[in-house]
Amino acid sequence: MSASIPSVPVPPAPPAPPVAVWRAARRPLRFLGSWWPWRCWAYLGSGFPLGYGVLLALAVLLGLGVLLAVAGVGLLLLTAALAGAVPLGELERRRLRWVEPRPVADPHTSLAGAGPAAWLRTRLRERATWREFGYAALLGPVFGAAGLGVVSLLAFSLMLVASPVIVWALAPEPVMLVPGEVVAGPLEALGGTAVGLAGLVLTAYAGALIAGAQVKCARLLLGPRTEDDRVLELTRSRVRLVEAFEAERRRIERDLHDGAQQQLVALSMTLGLAELRLRAHPEAADAAALVSRGREEAKLALAQLRDLVRGIHPQVLTDHGLAAAVSEVALRHPVPVTVDLELPRLPEPVEVTAYFTVAEALANAAKHSGASRVGVAGRVEGDRLTLTITDDGRGGADPGAGAGLAGLADRVAMLRGRLTVSSPVGGPTELRVEVPCSG
Amino acid sequence: MLRVILAEDSVLLRAGLTELLTLGGHRVLASVGDAPALLRAVAAERPDVVVTDVRMPPGLRDEGLRAALELRSADPSLPVLVLSQYVATAYATQLFTGGSAAGLGYLLKDRVGEVEEFLDALRRVHEGQTVIDPEVVRVLLAPRPANEPLARLTPREREVLALMAQGLNNQALAARLFITEASVVKHASSIFTKLDLDPTEGNRRVLAVLAHLRGAEPA
Repeated sequence: MSASIPSVPVPPAPPAPPVAVWRAARRPLRFLGSWWPWRCWAYLGSGFPLGYGVLLALAVLLGLGVLLAVAGVGLLLLTAALAGAVPLGELERRRLRWVEPRPVADPHTSLAGAGPAAWLRTRLRERATWREFGYAALLGPVFGAAGLGVVSLLAFSLMLVASPVIVWALAPEPVMLVPGEVVAGPLEALGGTAVGLAGLVLTAYAGALIAGAQVKCARLLLGPRTEDDRVLELTRSRVRLVEAFEAERRRIERDLHDGAQQQLVALSMTLGLAELRLRAHPEAADAAALVSRGREEAKLALAQLRDLVRGIHPQVLTDHGLAAAVSEVALRHPVPVTVDLELPRLPEPVEVTAYFTVAEALANAAKHSGASRVGVAGRVEGDRLTLTITDDGRGGADPGAGAGLAGLADRVAMLRGRLTVSSPVGGPTELRVEVPCSG
Repeated sequence: MLRVILAEDSVLLRAGLTELLTLGGHRVLASVGDAPALLRAVAAERPDVVVTDVRMPPGLRDEGLRAALELRSADPSLPVLVLSQYVATAYATQLFTGGSAAGLGYLLKDRVGEVEEFLDALRRVHEGQTVIDPEVVRVLLAPRPANEPLARLTPREREVLALMAQGLNNQALAARLFITEASVVKHASSIFTKLDLDPTEGNRRVLAVLAHLRGAEPA
């Protein structure tokens, strides 16, 4: 049985934005007289050498990579091929602006850490990188080929348009526009010019069609996916919420500590002094007794306030870390708790989340499990903190039943961690938390 | 009369504590509001006792406690009484681990309400005894099966140990528990045996609790 985060309904995706070049092509005369055909030709014309270059690079990297994979170097080459897709994606998003005024946003998330290693780690984990790699693979065989076709057609059409000039320039050499039929003079070549102009119109439309298709494809593969976007934004807003909540806890703890607690201590001290003075006067014995009672009540209030403050945010967690804070909870726990934690100091969000998870698990064990022993164990391996809380109780804990466990699962998920509960009826119950510590 | 340096960041409490100490017949050489000022004041004045809060500026964490440890490592004979809002044994452990525990005290702030008890604790710390707050002792010595070797003590022995840890002598202890001094001695030797403590070592009243505190130190 695993506690999972409740899914959040995602609203339907908005309709895809129109492709500018396709819209322009719907008005033939204006289209042919505009800059659009030229933009498309420039885009496709520069795209095909780039596409074939990328194809060659990919073939070499992947081919050698697979061959040398056994030697280990191959993996580096394969990684390089994948990582190379990221700057290519950036270049392509920029180049796309020639034919599409609406920019395609960078799909990559911000980096977790500085340096090339952090860059590589983050980028290789992203789906956006893999989509860019897919685009790189399409660039040569599909768009490169189509671009080459358009450019060839363009060159051929231009040649036909210029045929009278060519005939005139080459005279008296015979020129054949159609094989087997010699064109007599420049005037006769005007037919070729007409065909060439028709070819240019055709090339303009072919260019618009293909460039538009590439815009579509680039949006799909190089841009942020709307659902990624929403999930990312959702996660961010939840992280913000948890952080705000945590900050508020700390503020309340500080206010109580610096305000109410100190006031109560001062009150109890003043009452103590008053009691001392009253005791010097036997006739004021009644008053002394009253003051004494007041002091006892202040003491009780202080003890309660102390427990409350500890529940909000234990200072020992900040000062001494997770192991010490958990040991304190264990000392006060009604059921014997064996604590086996060998932990360094961890990033604060990890310590806070882990602490409240353990505290909640221990509270549950005391309340519901009927356990006679609880064990808390934790280690950091690599950059993951793993905590297990086991009890020998009757089991049957349902993570869905209480807000406690589901809330904890949310908090753990916030840190890209995982909380699992295994609690078969009859026991034992094991709660397992895994959280990456790199932050 | 003791010459005291007081470190406490709450102005209200600083004034109250100064009044309380003066009433107790002591002289407050300096009362400061943060840890660096405490270190400077002690260096300048050489007091008989230092009283400090755990949580202090500048960081509002355990600066006061750290300052106390620094003072002790510079001069292990300087009596220091630490006042704390926290029962958490980690702070007591931090204080008592390392050097000698003689002349060290860890009291909950609540204790200042019991004026005479507080002044008595101050005096005992100055005499080189060790004072640990009864509440901390209670948490540490609570009966729990998992807590070896304290589990081997009888409830009465645990009671005696708790009072011993607070620094009560045999006479006071006997009076508190309505038993004879002879039975206090009997309980004490039984406790030392069960906890494998060397009965010849000095200041053994709190050895048991200290042994436990040191054992409780997180790895």
